[in-house]
Amino acid sequence: MLSIKNLQARIEEKEILKGINLDIKPGEVHAIMGPNGSGKSTLASVLAGRSSYEVTGGEVEFMGKDLLELSPEDRAREGLFLAFQYPIEIPGVSTTNFIKTAVNETRKYRGEEPLDAVQFLKIMKEKMKLVEIDQTLLSRSLNEGFSGGEKKRNEIFQMAMLEPHLSILDETDSGLDIDALRIVAEGVNKLRDGKRSFLVITHYQRLLDYIVPDFVHVLYKGKIVRSGTKELALELEEKGYDFIKEELGERVDA
Amino acid sequence: MSGLKEIIQEKISREPFAGNGVLKDFSEKGMELFREQGIPTVKHEEWKYTRIAAVLNSDFNYAANTSSVTKADVDAVRLPGHETANELVFINGIYHAEFSNIRSSSDALELLPLSEAVKGEYKKLVESNLGHSAGYHPDGINALSNAFAYDGLFIEVKKNKVPEHPLYCYYINDARSSSVLSQPRTLIHVGVNAQVVLVEEEITLGSSDSFINRVSELVVEENANVQLYKIQNEDVHSSCVKTTHVRQVGKSKVHSVTLTLNGGMIRNNLNFILEAPGCESHMYGLYCVKGTTHVDNHTIVDNVKPHCFSNELYKGIIDEQATGVFNGKIFVRKDAQKTNAYQSNKNVLLSENASVNTKPQLEIFADDVKCSHGCTIGRLDEESMFYLRARGIGEQEARALLLHAFAAEILNQIECKPIREYADKIISERLGFEL
Repeated sequence: MLSIKNLQARIEEKEILKGINLDIKPGEVHAIMGPNGSGKSTLASVLAGRSSYEVTGGEVEFMGKDLLELSPEDRAREGLFLAFQYPIEIPGVSTTNFIKTAVNETRKYRGEEPLDAVQFLKIMKEKMKLVEIDQTLLSRSLNEGFSGGEKKRNEIFQMAMLEPHLSILDETDSGLDIDALRIVAEGVNKLRDGKRSFLVITHYQRLLDYIVPDFVHVLYKGKIVRSGTKELALELEEKGYDFIKEELGERVDA
Repeated sequence: MSGLKEIIQEKISREPFAGNGVLKDFSEKGMELFREQGIPTVKHEEWKYTRIAAVLNSDFNYAANTSSVTKADVDAVRLPGHETANELVFINGIYHAEFSNIRSSSDALELLPLSEAVKGEYKKLVESNLGHSAGYHPDGINALSNAFAYDGLFIEVKKNKVPEHPLYCYYINDARSSSVLSQPRTLIHVGVNAQVVLVEEEITLGSSDSFINRVSELVVEENANVQLYKIQNEDVHSSCVKTTHVRQVGKSKVHSVTLTLNGGMIRNNLNFILEAPGCESHMYGLYCVKGTTHVDNHTIVDNVKPHCFSNELYKGIIDEQATGVFNGKIFVRKDAQKTNAYQSNKNVLLSENASVNTKPQLEIFADDVKCSHGCTIGRLDEESMFYLRARGIGEQEARALLLHAFAAEILNQIECKPIREYADKIISERLGFEL
């Protein structure tokens, strides 16, 4: 589904991704962990097409297409979804209208008829239950005045509505209390159907108790330095990131 | 014909100052000041960015009180909701009763020529309020309006009355056969406990140059409630200076929305003089302009008495070569303790050649007040654009969605539904927004 080969990217003059290789097959859940500043969020942004990052090398194939050639909107329409670490507040745009526009633009791209108001409402109600999100929240302006947990839940709700092939969750757990974390994770788990894939970016192992990954990768200084199964996450939790540094022969400050 | 002074001279020689006593003196004083001051140039601090003299240099005919405007012409420009509105039609600056529709009863709403009002029961009111704006605009443009104030209209909204029909005022310039300069003038008195909704639009017929120098002075009494909506959506040949001067002489509430959606050179002066404790004033503005339109909003809030509240938000979307000016003054006099005055001006520039000059100006002489001001000038927020696009919304649609949301904050302040929908439709079409 997603194949990343030697991906390199920078922001302004700063090299951040220094050759990422990653393959995600349908139905797989991959977790990317790593210390702050290792390039986790950059990877998410580059895949979604944020223009402030410049890709300086490598290839990304998504659903058989050259992802890097596509505009951000076409990446989304092809089925790539980024749940933002910091969802943007947009006053004056109602959440419901926004999602309806997003869904129908995607349908149009795929040659499907737009959903009418009744169909849309029906699907919306189903998905609302899935992530335990409230109607009143959706009639408000997009993310405006939402709490941290509400914003993240809204991201997962949008994901449920758009039914992407690949969802990238960029530190979705940051700023969430344990209840919100559980709800968000359950929302994700309900969408796992053996075909959809997930790339879960997180700093902490905690989220992976709820969303159990098939593979765990450690990103450090712009490269994946270790890959393993879910046990790797536990090892990281136990030993901290320092053991990675030691393995790489770096000096670790006591 | 050449300069404006000559044009005015000719007009005066044809029709010497009408009226008598007070009004005649008033007009003559206006003329005198105009001769002295002339049309303001960019050297005048208040006209630094608005080259009004350049517009007024072209050949204008001073509007005559004769025109070939027909009822069909007026019907073609009526605003949505007019079926249930009091419609006041001014042609070339002069009120025309035959095209107007006054639906409210005369015990709620009374209309009189200023030249009549100055004689009867409203004599004192007119004397003490007509020309009050001159104290805030001691320039040739305001003086010129004063010189012709005898053509003006007096509007009385009676105390304890709520005319159920809004007042729609159309200021129509007939520029079909030649260029026209007109000067509509109104003095509006909103009585104790009265409520009124005022909607005003400038309209030019034909494609010759049109200039409207309009002064509306309002006096708002205790416990009165006024909504003021101004719309301008004209082509590049139509320019104007509009002065709306509101004296809140009793504890009252005034809500104003000024929309500029295109035109030539447009100057909106909006003054609130808060002369009673506890007044509330809301001032909203939206300018969404393109082409070579120049829009200048100059606002003044003068807090004379304590415990008044004013909130001001003006937003601009400026495209192509259009230019914007915002100047917001807040005065807090020594006695105006516990004043709350807020001001904000936000601009989005859509092209390399679009520009805006924004200047807040606070002069505070009291020590226990809350005042704030702020302005922003920028492009559309990149982060917001990316968020929308990352959900599959195309670049054009995302842009339209964000700009519409930006404008909607002001449009939603229009409580008069048909006018809000009308303005929203124009803006949506302009921005390519559909939902």
